[in-house]
Amino acid sequence: MKIRISGGRVIDPANGVDARQDLFIADGRIVQCGETPDGFTPDEIIDARERVVCPGLVDLRAHCREPGQESKATIASETRAAAGAGITTLCNPPDTDPVVDSAAVAALLQRRAERGGMARIVPMGALTLGLAGAQLSEMSALKEAGCAGVSNDIYPVENNLVMRRALEYAATFDLTVFIRPQDHHLVNKGCAHEGAVSTRLGLPGIPTAAETVAVASHLALIEQTGARAHFNLISSERAAQMIARAQHDGLPVTADACAHQLHLTDKDVLDFDSQCHVSPPLRSQRDRDGLRRWLNHGAITAICSDHQPHERDAKLAPFSATATGISALETLLPLSLKLVDEGVLSLSAVIACLTSRPARILGIEAGTLTPGTQADVCVFDPGAWWTLDHQSMRSQGHNTPFLGWEMKGRVTHTLLKGRIVHRLAGGED
Amino acid sequence: MNKHNIQLDHKGRLRHFLTIEGLKRELLTDILDTAESFTSVTERTVKKVPLLRGKTIVNLFFEASTRTRTTFELAAKRLSADVLNINASISATTKGETLLDTLHNLEAMHCDMFVIRHPNSGAAHFIAQHAAPHVSIINAGDGSHAHPTQAMLDMFTIRRHKGAFHKLCVAIVGDVLHSRVARSQIHALSTLGVREIRVIAPRTLVPAAAETLGVHVYHDLREGLRDVDVVIMLRLQYERMRGASLPSEHEYYQLFGLTEDKLALARPDAIIMHPGPINRGVEIDSAVADGPRSVILQQVAHGTAVRMAIMSRAMQHEGAASAGEAPS
Repeated sequence: MKIRISGGRVIDPANGVDARQDLFIADGRIVQCGETPDGFTPDEIIDARERVVCPGLVDLRAHCREPGQESKATIASETRAAAGAGITTLCNPPDTDPVVDSAAVAALLQRRAERGGMARIVPMGALTLGLAGAQLSEMSALKEAGCAGVSNDIYPVENNLVMRRALEYAATFDLTVFIRPQDHHLVNKGCAHEGAVSTRLGLPGIPTAAETVAVASHLALIEQTGARAHFNLISSERAAQMIARAQHDGLPVTADACAHQLHLTDKDVLDFDSQCHVSPPLRSQRDRDGLRRWLNHGAITAICSDHQPHERDAKLAPFSATATGISALETLLPLSLKLVDEGVLSLSAVIACLTSRPARILGIEAGTLTPGTQADVCVFDPGAWWTLDHQSMRSQGHNTPFLGWEMKGRVTHTLLKGRIVHRLAGGED
Repeated sequence: MNKHNIQLDHKGRLRHFLTIEGLKRELLTDILDTAESFTSVTERTVKKVPLLRGKTIVNLFFEASTRTRTTFELAAKRLSADVLNINASISATTKGETLLDTLHNLEAMHCDMFVIRHPNSGAAHFIAQHAAPHVSIINAGDGSHAHPTQAMLDMFTIRRHKGAFHKLCVAIVGDVLHSRVARSQIHALSTLGVREIRVIAPRTLVPAAAETLGVHVYHDLREGLRDVDVVIMLRLQYERMRGASLPSEHEYYQLFGLTEDKLALARPDAIIMHPGPINRGVEIDSAVADGPRSVILQQVAHGTAVRMAIMSRAMQHEGAASAGEAPS
């Protein structure tokens, strides 16, 4: 199968490409950009005029709920939603049931995604057995089985000695440790950012220190061990600043933020909207602006979805009694593109935050259009407006505060290993 | 709140009573005036008016309560409504039924008003958002968020003793962080235009951004009580002692317990209030609680008339009128 994607603005941040040209794909791999290769006769031509052609998006954090919580979502349903959103690689956190603390579960996740053929899953391995925070997982085996890193996710590792050993052991195999910084004692029973809104609504607050204390203690251990680490879901300006300082000091750390944290604030909780019940909580305007600034200055280098699909009932209760999280795959690209319109980042920087940089954080071959690499490609119309509604959503979870929002930027084609896995219905080709 | 206020129908009449926040001064004053007229009813030998005859009111309590539930029941009966009391903490929800299912089941029995108490902040809002158009929701306390009927009976008590609000300085003493009563009182007092609201407590019991509510925060009881007209004491819950918020009852009483010598710093005609139930010797000395300036029992007595006023007002919204006439 040979495909020519013709006349689009090709943005490939890893190779410093941003130009109007054709992209040629054969046998599942990128052939080249620009001139037609000798003897290349395409089986299909995708007309990409007025469109952006970029690497398939790499989502650092997306819960597909399988195995264990298939009533919320399945790998089949969520990889299909990913394809529709231009996402070709999903990193699935280890908190499945059973937990990804064995090679078998890691293999299962990848095999199920392969069978569906809509998007690739890169599993995140558990840092400790059963995520219990006590005994190290078999990290070498997890790496062999395809895990891009290890993480204890939101589950606490109370004992700093365990965390220190985990960092050292992971570094032995050149595995990155992914840290979701949260001091659970300081979180207590909190469900909203501790500030003016939690004060007004009488919701138990989560102080900024719940994040900064965890970032500080992990940074100290990273400095001690020299192990490489990545911070997931930074929500406060102060934590971003601490990570920037550590990077300046030469520590091998990176960080991401999720798309909704770059747009919403605790004010969106004012009507007790349970769709805005997320963890870490939506913080203040100042934090949101600070995250944007540190994204621009490079302390935060990737934007993820933190996709958490839920069944309808999970959000039908008083605010604090509802499940946390947003079904976010389908808003990842448009919410990120909104940062371009709002003057936060250039288009190529946004694409980098969604492709080459998360791929580098995961240490995987993806997120580029380099000749010879597998052809994961996203084609989108940056000027197309559409409305997020129940009809348009493909994820099994429809839990999102963005329902009814006008979104700008629509994916028209997604290619996984050179195969078209999504083609926008009604889109002219 | 920036969106449409779900407490009002589109003509601005009261439909639900969930929080004081966002309600206009005229509406609060109207409730107080209406309550004033109901006090005569509660003093008659036949203590009933037929305003809510044929209506069914459900007291749906997911948390224990004696005072609040009893006065709601009395208020409903004096308005000639039929009353159902459901102690939901030992009822369907313990069998796994969701809050919404409980609501819809009761709606199916053609109930017109729900008086709800729930341990989660926002529970009354949540139920109001999902209630049928003819149903009114009255918040009888949700988590640490609001207890608006308690605040209104406190305002009623203050007005009876002090007249106009605009000259008053009111101090709220104690666990403001966890207090739904304090939040509703602060909104009511500022809407009614008092001169100054003070909050007096150790830092562990003051919300993070208390100043944004329009109050002055004090950490010294003596300093905070100086020249106040009204002292509102809050109940100290014992679990605060376990959660590292306070070292001991003893130290709390030493520093923040209201005693006669500390009260001497307030204005000579200052009144003492407490939403109850009181902990003698923890937040208040018996000599003060039972003393001449205490209006604690009057607060309880006013509860019925004020709740009658709120219930009758909330049953005058559009949906209620049409549903009442057309049997479904």
